[in-house]
Amino acid sequence: MSAARSVLSLSKILQPWTGLKGSTVSVMRPVMCTRREKSSYTPPPAKYGGRHTVTLIPGDGIGPELLNHAQELFRFCCVPVDFEVVNVDSSLTSEDEINNAVTAIRRNGVALKGNIETNHNLPPSHKSRNNLLRTSLDLYANVMHCQTLPGVQTRHKDIDIIIIRENTEGEYSSLEHENVPGVVESLKIITRVNSLRIAEYAFRQAREKGRRRVTAVHKANIMKLGDGLFLQCCKEVAAGYPDITFDNMIVDNTTMQLVSKPQQFDVMVMPNLYGNVVSNVCAGLVGGPGLVPGANYGKDYAVFETATRNTGKSIANKNIANPTATLLASCLMLDHLGLHDYASMIRKAILRTLSETRLHTADLGGQGTTSEVVQSIMKEVQKGGPLTSEKI
Amino acid sequence: MRTLIKGYGIRFDIMVFGKAGKFHVVPTLLNIGAGLGLMGLGLSGVRLQPLCVRSLSLTASQNATLESPPARADSTFKVTMVPGDGVGPELMTAVKEVFKSGDVPVEFEEFHLSEVQNMASEEKLNEVLTSMKNNRVAIKGKIHTPMEYKGELASYEMRLRRKLDLFANVVHVNSLPGYSTRHNNLDLVIIREQTEGEYSSLEHESVSGVVECLKIITREKSRRIAKFAFDYATKKGRSKVTAVHKANIMKLGDGLFLQSCAEVAELYPKIKYENIIIDNCCMQLVQNPYQFDVLVMPNLYGNIIDNLAAGLVGGAGVVPGESYSAEYAVFETGARHPFAQAVGRNIANPTAMLLSAANMLRHLNLEYHSNMVSEAVKRVIKQGKVRTRDLGGYSTTGDFVRAVVANLRHRPLH
Repeated sequence: MSAARSVLSLSKILQPWTGLKGSTVSVMRPVMCTRREKSSYTPPPAKYGGRHTVTLIPGDGIGPELLNHAQELFRFCCVPVDFEVVNVDSSLTSEDEINNAVTAIRRNGVALKGNIETNHNLPPSHKSRNNLLRTSLDLYANVMHCQTLPGVQTRHKDIDIIIIRENTEGEYSSLEHENVPGVVESLKIITRVNSLRIAEYAFRQAREKGRRRVTAVHKANIMKLGDGLFLQCCKEVAAGYPDITFDNMIVDNTTMQLVSKPQQFDVMVMPNLYGNVVSNVCAGLVGGPGLVPGANYGKDYAVFETATRNTGKSIANKNIANPTATLLASCLMLDHLGLHDYASMIRKAILRTLSETRLHTADLGGQGTTSEVVQSIMKEVQKGGPLTSEKI
Repeated sequence: MRTLIKGYGIRFDIMVFGKAGKFHVVPTLLNIGAGLGLMGLGLSGVRLQPLCVRSLSLTASQNATLESPPARADSTFKVTMVPGDGVGPELMTAVKEVFKSGDVPVEFEEFHLSEVQNMASEEKLNEVLTSMKNNRVAIKGKIHTPMEYKGELASYEMRLRRKLDLFANVVHVNSLPGYSTRHNNLDLVIIREQTEGEYSSLEHESVSGVVECLKIITREKSRRIAKFAFDYATKKGRSKVTAVHKANIMKLGDGLFLQSCAEVAELYPKIKYENIIIDNCCMQLVQNPYQFDVLVMPNLYGNIIDNLAAGLVGGAGVVPGESYSAEYAVFETGARHPFAQAVGRNIANPTAMLLSAANMLRHLNLEYHSNMVSEAVKRVIKQGKVRTRDLGGYSTTGDFVRAVVANLRHRPLH
């Protein structure tokens, strides 16, 4: 909302109040004012009788089966969350389905989604559905917390990195053109507003979680204006947080450091494409794409999914996918809704199951199946004991 | 609460809540025309607006106790029970008997709150509220409001509703199979805003002999009930929501309600939105009730239409109802009457209360038990042998309950 528009509406409101006319005309004017802001109306959250309503977008590949398991687990644990399932078919070229999904998320405020496949063979006018969702809802921050999980064998130990990635602009602006045949220009957009926003988010998260260091990842030696602006915005924001150390690193050096000494990193903030690369590297460091959950936050909406956004078409419906990432993402969603007790209960059960090597799925080097893992998680939840009303 | 900005005649306070430094900025003076523009202006100077924090409930009881209790995998559920006046206690006994026979894992905490029997006081009300905060689910009878003005404009029932912020009342009017009325196969949902409107309890006599009664309609509450209605329709797969109003006469009041409904309707492209004036609505309901699907309306119209629709399918003894707030759910009959003439005569129809109890079990996630109770009740009515006086039979409440219990045991094994 621009300041100019707010001032305009403000001046219109001031007149009736200071005039104290009391006629119907002065009362009607404020009502008409708000018509201009009708499009920015954020509805109250969909929580009735203690139960929340959350949009569920199954997506493609392993999405539907893993989200089914998440629903089952929620039902088993009596979590007061109802899912509104919205299917998005990736093969259709019309944008109605994704707009439906966006409206559903606007209504409910929170969503849990699987990845929607984007087929390269379709014409370029067919935009990525995931990207459309992120930009329509302005989910500007993608947060991924990579931690070494107990029970998973990795080459590096004690990794604890939070990656905050700008989610709406950068290389993913979908702006490309071919002015001269054979010469394609792809526009990477970096804006001051968005860079300030993401830097502000990163520093605030660092402060809230008690982190000491924020590293900005960039390639400003080559893209002097673009990444230079990003870096400058990060520096400006860093000045307001004197208790947090701020440094920056070029993306090639970053990836090399990540694979040799990942323990040096704490919080990392970066534009879109570097974020994609770095988050996948970190996911690989802690055990693979099946283990790390991700969250996309906007001002009013939040969408939770796996961090590396894989469709997993080759392992779909074979019962070998790792459900950990999806289930941990649903725990993040429960935390966001304020249901911290349920979230910690399910998270504890997942971590306890993960430490059992014989239940590891194929991506972790074991032979377990998805359903075995989910069953074991449910058993762990039950072992936690039925918490009767006497304990409250 | 710290005063953030005192400008433009509007005070913004910050309320800092317990966990993780979340901030809520609450405009204390609800400026009707302010909308979001003013908030944006007020907040731009202060970098305190957090990311993605929305008040998770619009109730006044926002504090650390907002956390849900830990999950119960297999334990008894505790439910607050307020029997109320008139036949309320008899109906509650019926519910308890059926639950005992069906081995339903629900424990009731009873509170006898009653205005007419002089058992009402602030402490009792607070006891009920504390119990509700723990249990979050309640089943209640009607707490009768005496006609005489004893110095308090708001009745205890209204106060309870306001304190729990039970803003939505849902009455699902379903024709009972086996009992035919003038309109059969009716399936209608009536959603009524329950906390403001004509029931604001604001009346005064500025000039003697002239009484002014204030009907309050606010944008926030109208939007809230409209969103509830559309969310309900989406969840239950309904196709149409009709707003009932009298905006041709109350142009600003009901006009605001209609405008809020229209705004919310834009977020639900798959659900048809219509509106109808209350007088036409009543006439259509008695001539052709099948044209309606979900109805949403302010307080007084809701009261009237609830009772009218209940009469269409068999009366006040037959229709269950529930009230929702963001955190609490209260289950009761659809048409709320104490029915004091039937006290002690064992003639009240417990169907409404039993069906409402079944709905409560479904809300508690006890699907199996919920289906068991509602199937038993519906079977008894379908068989037609045991019917209470309001449905044209001669049986007593006790007979009916025994019949339901018998049908519980002979449930078919799937």
